[in-house]
Amino acid sequence: MTTTAVSRHDRSGPGTKRRQDRPGAKRTTRRSGRLRHISLPYLLLLPALLLELLVHLVPMLMGIVMSFKELTQFYLSNWSAAPWAGLDNFRIAVDFDAPIGEALLKSFLTTCLFTVCSVGLCWLIGTAAAVFLQEKFRGRGLLRTLFLVPYALPVYAAVITWVFMFQRDNGLVNHVLHDQLGIGDNPAFWLVGDNAFWALLTVSVWKGWPFAFLTLMAGLQNIPRDMYEAAALDGAGVWKQIRHITLPSLRPVNQVLVLVLFLWTFNDFNTPFVLFGKAAPESADLISLHIYQSSFQTWNFGTGSAMSVLLLLFLLVVTGVYLLVTSRGKKAKARA
Amino acid sequence: MAAPPSFLWTRRIFLTALTVFVLLPVYVMLSSSLKPLEDVSDKFQWIPSGLTLRPYADIWETVPLADYFVNSLIVSGAATVCSVVIAVFAAYAVSRYDFRGKRVFTVTVLSTQMFPGILFLLPLFLIYVNIGSATGIALFGSRGGLILTYLTFSLPFSIWMLIGYFDSIPRDLDEAAKVDGCGPIGALFRVIVPAAVPGIVAVAVYAFMTAWGEVLFASVMTNDTTRTLAVGLQGYSTLNDVYWNQIMAASLVVSVPVVAGFLLLQRYLVAGLTAGAVK
Repeated sequence: MTTTAVSRHDRSGPGTKRRQDRPGAKRTTRRSGRLRHISLPYLLLLPALLLELLVHLVPMLMGIVMSFKELTQFYLSNWSAAPWAGLDNFRIAVDFDAPIGEALLKSFLTTCLFTVCSVGLCWLIGTAAAVFLQEKFRGRGLLRTLFLVPYALPVYAAVITWVFMFQRDNGLVNHVLHDQLGIGDNPAFWLVGDNAFWALLTVSVWKGWPFAFLTLMAGLQNIPRDMYEAAALDGAGVWKQIRHITLPSLRPVNQVLVLVLFLWTFNDFNTPFVLFGKAAPESADLISLHIYQSSFQTWNFGTGSAMSVLLLLFLLVVTGVYLLVTSRGKKAKARA
Repeated sequence: MAAPPSFLWTRRIFLTALTVFVLLPVYVMLSSSLKPLEDVSDKFQWIPSGLTLRPYADIWETVPLADYFVNSLIVSGAATVCSVVIAVFAAYAVSRYDFRGKRVFTVTVLSTQMFPGILFLLPLFLIYVNIGSATGIALFGSRGGLILTYLTFSLPFSIWMLIGYFDSIPRDLDEAAKVDGCGPIGALFRVIVPAAVPGIVAVAVYAFMTAWGEVLFASVMTNDTTRTLAVGLQGYSTLNDVYWNQIMAASLVVSVPVVAGFLLLQRYLVAGLTAGAVK
């Protein structure tokens, strides 16, 4: 490699723009150095790229192909031999009058409602906690640490504790609500029926808000102190400062935060899976679990894949619109 | 700055309520793990009537918890190390070089964050099984397959965060290193990595937590010998009894390593987020 580079370079003769005053050996190292310089970024990216390909992109493409196939358990060992189904899987998924489509639509709507509630509450609690912990006071460091505990706990350990708390006969929730506060004639079921939605929401907010808190706390550190001092000199109280300095300054952080929270909550599988097991009650049947459950129940992975593809399309559209709206806001602000 | 009483009272009430909400499950976990089985099977008691350490001894007998622990440690540890190294290289390339396809790369990596896990569960399972039958490399059911899967879960977020972090390190520093005779890789390891320790620690903590807490792939892709804690904990409910005190004890035991590590390193996490994800 090196020798060919030398000879080729030597043959290029006097017409080249290379500096001729340097000895040949030096020139070659420079040259191969330049070559390496060009390919180095690609070399550095290679491991990440290969892994993303193997674990995310190829499976995703396969998933898309599978959604056009009649993939039942008989074809699992040789999935490419499964017959083509064309758009049948998609037709089944969006046929809202038939049981499968109807259940999918219901699960989708439940997930939307759940995501809006969960992201909203996580954001609200996270913002309030971050703002209240901005100023130094006694116990601030301790609270800061305590508030991160739900985030640090492994999902299954935390959620299984909530399962215990939501037990009808020996759980803490019914002990407080029914035995101590006297609400309701009978202890309620929390993990079956309509209450399950609220149980899931509680757990999801409990687990999710510290991420908002953490991110917003980091965002608060970027606000220069003298902005507050100037406002205080102008006679603005704490509440006014929060409204006119803190909250507007957090806007760029919030744009990223809300998008990330939305995607994580919408796709969350772990929380409902540990809370309810493989089949969630209808009121809390989040879409990820629903697709998983309906795929493995009917063993029709083609339809399951079609549902996943529709879900991905929905997320793409929402994310695209969101990015468009927020970047337009940014541009408008820059122009002003 | 003197804060008005309205602010102080709102703050006091809000923070107290939030602390109770946050700590409630922790209290339940701790107190129930010290109760005899009769007590946790009966009505909940705020103050345990009898305390025992038995559940902490029994958890290792009821299920092979130690084996699951070792599996989780190996899988999460290996996934963390690999993911951090790969993310450092990738983020360095994006932060310090201009090259064709840079935008495509960052957008692709970031957009994998939005894939519903369910979309690639079955294809990945098929790929691993096919690789296994074609090459004899056991990915399905082995720790290797799980490591490979997990290290990509934290990769997008890690790369994204480190790009921001590396961008905040002045380029003069690596220029100076190059003048002193370092190659690009030398500059990375002698200048960038030491300067980016908080960001790298934050990414490592995140990667470890992601792997330690994952449930879906762990329950599909493990067998009896490679089972991780995420799946193993289900073994405490039998047909006859649910050993709630043991479940709580085991939950506490499996939480201790991550929570302790996380709380020790949370300073770095905030610092890492400040420079990385936030900007």
